[in-house]
Parts: sequence; C-alpha cells; structure tokens
Amino acid sequence: MKGGHDLGGRHGLGPINPEPELEEPVFHAEWERRVFGLTLATGLLGQWNIDESRFARESQHPADYLKNSYYQNWLVGIEKLLVQKKLLTQAELESLKAELNSRTALSALDKNQALTSINKGGPTAMAATGAPAFAVGDEVRAKKIHTQGHSRLPAYAQGAVGIIEATYGCHVYPDKNAAGERVGEYLYRVRFSSEQLWGSSAENSEVLVDLWQPYLEPIAAQKRTL
Amino acid sequence: MSHSHDDHHHSHDHTEPPEELELRVKALESLLVEKGLVDIDTLNAIIDNYEHKVGPRNGAHVIAKAWVDPRFKAQLMADATEAVASLGYMGRQGEHLQVVENTNDTHNLVVCTLCSCYPWTVLGLPPVWYKSAPYRARAVSEPRAVLAEFGTSLPSKVKIRVWDSTSEMRYLVMPQQPVGTENFSEEKLRALVTRNSMIGVELAASPQFLKDESK
Repeated sequence: MKGGHDLGGRHGLGPINPEPELEEPVFHAEWERRVFGLTLATGLLGQWNIDESRFARESQHPADYLKNSYYQNWLVGIEKLLVQKKLLTQAELESLKAELNSRTALSALDKNQALTSINKGGPTAMAATGAPAFAVGDEVRAKKIHTQGHSRLPAYAQGAVGIIEATYGCHVYPDKNAAGERVGEYLYRVRFSSEQLWGSSAENSEVLVDLWQPYLEPIAAQKRTL
Repeated sequence: MSHSHDDHHHSHDHTEPPEELELRVKALESLLVEKGLVDIDTLNAIIDNYEHKVGPRNGAHVIAKAWVDPRFKAQLMADATEAVASLGYMGRQGEHLQVVENTNDTHNLVVCTLCSCYPWTVLGLPPVWYKSAPYRARAVSEPRAVLAEFGTSLPSKVKIRVWDSTSEMRYLVMPQQPVGTENFSEEKLRALVTRNSMIGVELAASPQFLKDESK
C-alpha cells in the first residue's frame, strides 16, 4: 500500500539532524526499551510474521504514521496484532487489565529459548520454483501496483525502467506473507539510474532496489548492457 | 527562542513522551506478563542483548579484519553471512548479508525507504536519524545533499550507489581504508571504522581521530 511509510523521494520533511554517533544512546526513554522488547518477545510466540508486523504499523492513517515517533508506531503495531490474533480482547486493550480466565493456550518463551531463536534468525530463502523469468542484464519495468495490501515495491520505482543486476534466488514473497501465506518468488537486485527515477534532478547516482518477480515486467526489446 | 522547525523535528523524534505513553506501555507489559504471553526475564534479556551486546563494534571488527586479511576479505565479499558468522555474529536481521565496497570511483549508501531495515548482527539497532522520515525520503533522491549534512563531500565523478533495503537482504558498507594507516594493527583500525561509515554517510575516520580521542 502507498501509505505514510512509503517515503522515498518525498519533499518537505526537512533536515536529518543526526545526533553525534558517540553520543546517541540505543534507546531514548524507558518506554522505548520496553516497546522494543515487547515487540520481539510477543513476536516469538509465532502468531505473526515480519510482514504482518510491518503491515500493522504501515496501515495506519498516514498522518498518524508520520506524527508518531518510531517506537510509537511499533506500539501501535503490536497492539493491533495482539487483538487481531486474539491474544488480547479489545476490552483488555482498552482497559489494559486482564479479564477473568483470560489466559490463552500460548505461553512465553523462556530466556534461553528466546535468545537461541534470536541468534539463529529466520532466513527467508526458499526452494526455487521453476526458472527465473529474468537474467542479469535484462531491462525490466517495475509495474504500477496500486494495492491496498502489503507490498515492498516502493512508489518511487513504480513505472521506472531498470536493469537486473543480480539474482538472489527465491525468497518469501512479502505481499502474500503479510496475509499468512508463505510462498517463494524470485528476488532480483534492480538498478535504476537517477535520471530514470528523478529526471532532471539526477546527480551521478543510482538506486539499487530489491524487487520480487511479480513486481517486474519485461521490456519489449530486451537489451543486455550490464 | 520559540521553536524552530529543527527543534520541532528533533523533539518529535526523541524527547520525553507524555506520561500517558509511559503508563500505557507499563500497563500493556503487566497485562502480557499476567496472561503468560511474556516472561519478564526473557523481556529483559532481549533488551540487554540489543542494548549492550549487539552493536557497531561487531561491524568494525569485520571491516578492520577485511582490511588487513585479504583471505578473509575474499570470503566476506563472496558470502558475507557466512564470513561474519565465522566471527560469531549471526541472528535476526543478518540472515542474508552482503558487503558493498567503496572504491575511488564508487561510494555506497544504505537506506530503507519503507521502514528501518538494517543489519542488526553487525551494527545493532539503527540510530534515530536512519529511521527518520527525512533520511528515508532523501537518501534515494538527493544523496549528495544528505551526505553534505553529515559533513561528507565526494567528487562529482564518484558514482553514488544507494541501496534501498526493500527485501530481507541486508547491506553493510566497507569504507575505504584511510590513507596513512597501512601499517596499523587490526585492533587500531577498528577504532576508525565508525558506524556511520558502515552505513555510508561518512568515510572511515582519519588517523587524526585517534589522536583527538586520546587527548
């Protein structure tokens, strides 16, 4: 979806104002620390995947998404998922008090299980299904996909022509993963020139975007000019 | 002085939140613990892991080792996930790692325009500015202006490659080894590999930096 999160190329957002590297703490308030930890801890219950988690944050009203600080958006995300997945009732979320007999069948991972899982990670590579449609050097166009659902095709790349620079094999396809369906699609690194993306504002730069096969269409006469 | 735009932006990202937010998060935590969905020791261990154990010193180790050890560098360029795991760094948000090398002709810069994807295993959690709307909006469309805000200026003949982390591939920049450090030990070089240089918004620190730091 083209929500408030899809920011590449937007204007009017002002300067970056980085904090000096050696002075910036990992968390800026105790509640941020807790929201981060709660997000990972509840994620380990295995009731949702990373794309559902992203979509929960990103499908807010764009004004809210942009107004909230980073971990406020994370808080919105877990609250939404806890209710959607029926780990909390709406009444519990509103009162922030447990209802009688409200325990679910799930139970928290202990410390060792949790750290083992975190340190193992969750690779997204999948077994290949069929041959890839594109090869390194092919010219492709990023499709215009105007979906309300989750997608990892940024708005700024849609309609632009790029060149396949690398093939990464099949990876979990986010658009379906966000709906709970784990299927693999070929993933490519696509190179877009700044002229192609931004027209006259080009400045000897290019953007590399990782795009899944369903996001791409062939250009009629394919050139191999890598 | 009244609030300028800059103050507004800054405070919006990380000043103290309203008390209600603190209370809400505390209440949510208690509720989840009471329901058996979160274990308090687990929660604290997760926070401790990312606040104190995983961080950009991991990445600095990787880069400094690659600078002094050509064999390791070759492994790193061929399969970064594997090479980095051989140093003990693995896990969440580092499952599919790639190292992109800066040269005299090419400079690499990493962003996630859609959220905040970042190689946690080697850099820890991202800084506020990396997750901020201005960086995510501008890194792809005006990278030179973004670099200038970090005090980095590159000749116009240097091509900037901006990596938008839209998939689960994670990118770590290998900055160029500073001139005059050819005889430095790996240990000493690590101090020059800043977090920002591994995102690509700055170059590696000059040896002068070490002198200033020890004053």
